Amino acid sequence: MNQTKKSFLERPGVQAVGAALICVVLGLLIGFIVLSLINPAGAGEAIMTILLNFMTRATTAAQLKALGNTLAKTAPLLMCALSVCFCYKVGLFNIGAPGQYEAGACAALFAALALNLPWYVCILFAAVAGALLGAVSGILKAYRNVNEVISGIMLNWITLYICNMVLSSEAVKDSTSPYSKDLSQANPSSIIPSAGLGNLFSGNKAVTIAIPLAIIAAIVVWVILNKTKFGYELKATGYNKEGARYAGMKEKRNIIVTLIIGGALAGLGAAFLYLTNYTKWETTATSVPGMGFNGIAATFLGGLNPIGTIFASFFIQSITDGGSLIDRMIYPSQISDLISGIIIYLCGFTLFFKYIMTKNKAKRAEKKIKTEKTKEGGNA
Amino acid sequence: MVHQHFKLVQCFTVLDNIILGVEETKHGFLEKDEARKKVVALSEKYGLKVDPDALIQDITVGMQQRTEILKMLYRDNDILIFDEPTAVLTPQEIEELMQIMKNLAKEGKSILFISHKLNEIMEVADRVTVLRRGKYIGTVNVADTNENELSRMMVGRDVQLVVDKTPAQPKDIVLDVENMTVASKLHNNNAVKHVSFNVRQGEIVCIAGIDGNGQTELIYGITGLEPVKEGKIIIDGKDVTNLSIRERSAEMSHIPEDRQKHGLILEYPLDYNMVLERYWQPEFTSKGGFLKKDAIRKYSDELIEKYDVRSSQGSDTIARSMSGGNQQKAIVAREMSKEHKLLVAVQPTRGLDVGAIEFIHHQIIASRDAGDAVLLVSLELEEVMNLSDRILVMYEGEIVGELDPKKITTEELGLYMAGAKRNTSSKEAE
Repeated sequence: MNQTKKSFLERPGVQAVGAALICVVLGLLIGFIVLSLINPAGAGEAIMTILLNFMTRATTAAQLKALGNTLAKTAPLLMCALSVCFCYKVGLFNIGAPGQYEAGACAALFAALALNLPWYVCILFAAVAGALLGAVSGILKAYRNVNEVISGIMLNWITLYICNMVLSSEAVKDSTSPYSKDLSQANPSSIIPSAGLGNLFSGNKAVTIAIPLAIIAAIVVWVILNKTKFGYELKATGYNKEGARYAGMKEKRNIIVTLIIGGALAGLGAAFLYLTNYTKWETTATSVPGMGFNGIAATFLGGLNPIGTIFASFFIQSITDGGSLIDRMIYPSQISDLISGIIIYLCGFTLFFKYIMTKNKAKRAEKKIKTEKTKEGGNA
Repeated sequence: MVHQHFKLVQCFTVLDNIILGVEETKHGFLEKDEARKKVVALSEKYGLKVDPDALIQDITVGMQQRTEILKMLYRDNDILIFDEPTAVLTPQEIEELMQIMKNLAKEGKSILFISHKLNEIMEVADRVTVLRRGKYIGTVNVADTNENELSRMMVGRDVQLVVDKTPAQPKDIVLDVENMTVASKLHNNNAVKHVSFNVRQGEIVCIAGIDGNGQTELIYGITGLEPVKEGKIIIDGKDVTNLSIRERSAEMSHIPEDRQKHGLILEYPLDYNMVLERYWQPEFTSKGGFLKKDAIRKYSDELIEKYDVRSSQGSDTIARSMSGGNQQKAIVAREMSKEHKLLVAVQPTRGLDVGAIEFIHHQIIASRDAGDAVLLVSLELEEVMNLSDRILVMYEGEIVGELDPKKITTEELGLYMAGAKRNTSSKEAE
C-alpha cells in the first residue's frame, strides 16, 4: 500500500488557520448579537468599526498613524504571547505572564527614571526582572511541585503592588498625577529609538524598533523550539516529564529555565511598551494589566505557533483598539472592552475547534473504510 | 466484570466493597445484615474464602480478586467477564482461580475469560475465540485444538513457543549491587531492603516475583530513576551509585517497565524517539546546538529496517499512533543499538502478542550471546523459566531465593514467590 498524501484540509497549518478563523467569525457574530440586543440600530456599524480599526480614519495619514499605535501595542502583546507560547510547549501554563510583564515595566521605568540609564540597559533590566519572577514560579514548580498557575496568579498581584510601591518613588512618579514621569522630558535616552520607522507612519513616535525586535523574538523562539537540541529537550520535558527523566534530561532544570525564558520575554514586552513613551504606568492601578492575559488568547489564536502568534497578536490588538472607537453616543463605554473580550475569549477556543476538525475527519475516514469494506465483501 | 486492575475502595471492608452501588437502606441508614448473610452464603457455595470485615488494603491480591468475583455474584449476574485475571497471582492462586471458574461454570454461569496465556486457556476454557488487531479470526473448541494452532491464529504465522538458547557462559561481573536499599513512595517502609547480587557478562539473570514486591524500585535504584538510600551499585568496575541517569546510560541500556510513561515521548515522531538518549551526542547535534535532522532520520530509518518496526509513516509516525507491540519494538531497537554493557529489561513483553514476544525474546538472547550482561524482571513465570540462566526471587523487598531454572519446577518457584520458602539468609536480621 502506498502512503496516502495528506489532503489540504489535513495539513496542520491549514487546520490551525481554519480553526482561528472560525473563532474570529464566531466571536464577531456573538459580539454582533450582544450589540444588537443593546441597540440594534448601530450594531452593524459598531462591529465594522471594531474590525476595521485604523481603516475608519478619514485620511491616509491618520490611518497610518492609528496603525502605528496599534503596532506599537502589538509588540508588547506579541512578547507576552511568546512567553505563554514558549512555556506552553514545555507543558507549563504561564498565567504569570502579566506579573512578569509588570515586573518588566517596573524595572524598565525604574532604570530609566531613577537610574537615568539608556534604553538598551533598561530593556535588560526588564528582561532580568521578568526572568527572576519566572524563576520563582519555576523553582516552586520543580522542587515543591507548586502548580505554576497558582503561583503565577498570586505573583501577578504581589508584583502589581510592589510595582506601584517602587514606581511611586519621587524619582519615577510625576508629582502632580498618579502616573510615571514623561520619558521624553525626564530621560530621552531611555526611549527606544525609532530608527526612522516612525516616519513611515506619519511621524508616529510610538513606532520604534521594538516592533521588528518583537518579530525577531518570535522567529528566534520558533527556531529554538523546532531546530535545536535545547528545544528538543524542553519539548520532551513538556510532553512527558517522566520520559525526559528516563532519557537522562534534567527535567527540573528544564522547567526552571523555561519559566525564566518565559519571564524574560514577558518582561521585555513591558519594556517594549513603556520605553516607547506611548503610555505611562499608573501607580494607583488596582488591576493586573490585560496585556499578559491577552497574550494567552493570542497564543491559542495563533495555534501555539510562535509565527502564528505574530498575526494573532496584531489581530487582537487591532480589535481592542477598534473597540475603543465605537460610538459612545449609542453604546456605553464599557462595550468596547466587552466585545473585544468576547472575541478574545472565543479565540481561546481555537484548540477546541482544531480538535473537532480532526475528529470529524477521522470519523469520515472510518466511515469510508467501512463502506469500502462492505463493497469488497459484496464483490467477494 | 473483573478488571485486570481491580476496582476496589482500598479503605473499605470487603463487605462494603461488595455492596457498593447496590446498598440496601432503611430510612437512609445502611442495612448490612442481609447483605452479610448473602455474601457469606455465596462465598461458601462457590468456595470463595474471604473475611467480610477485613479492609481491602490489608488482604492479599488473591483475596481482592475473590472480592471482585463475589461482587459480581452478589448482583446475581449470570455472565462473568474476567480480564487477564492471572497477571497478579502466584501459581497457587492461579490454580485456585481456575478451580473457582470451573465451579462457576458448573453452576450455570457463563464466563468470558480474556487472556493471552495459552496454557490457561487450554486448561479452563471450553471454546476459544481469537482476536487479532481488533478483528475476529475464528472460534474453535479447546478440545479440538492445541497451543501451536492457537498461537498461529493469534499471530498469523507459526510461532516458536519455546525459546532456543544455548547454555550461558558467564564471564566477568558487569553489574554488582551491594546491600542496596531503596525507599518506597507508597509507604514508610523501604521497598528494597539490603539487596545484594551480581550479573555477569553473557548471562541472563531474572528477577522473579509477584508484582509489587520491590522489583520496580530495585530497577529504579539501579537505573537512577530513584535515589538509593543505602548501598552501592557498581557497573563494570565503576561506582555509579551517585551518578546521573545520563552518566549511567553510557554503560547501561534500559527497557523500561512502562513504555508509555518512561520509554517514549508519545507526541514525538518515531525518529525523535529513536535518539531519545543520544540526541545530545555530536553525531546528532551540531556544535551550535542545532539538531542534525538528516542524521537522526538516517539513524532512525536504519533501526526501523533492522528491527522491523512497523508504522504507518515510518520515521514520521507519531509514537502515540503506533501499536503497543511496535512501540516496544522501537524501544528495544533503540536500547539494543545504543552502546551498553548491561541490558536492564523490565517486563519487556507485557501486553504483547505472541509474535512480538517471540521477537523480543530472541533479541534478549542475542544480546546475551553478544556478551552483554542482562538483568530481566518479569512477572510471567513462563518467561522466567524460558529465558533466564539464573533466577532471583524477590519477596517483600528482599531476595529470598537464588535458583537454577533447570533444576526447579514452576510450583516450587511459586512457593518462593509467595514467601513460603527461602534459601538465602535474610539481610534484615543482621
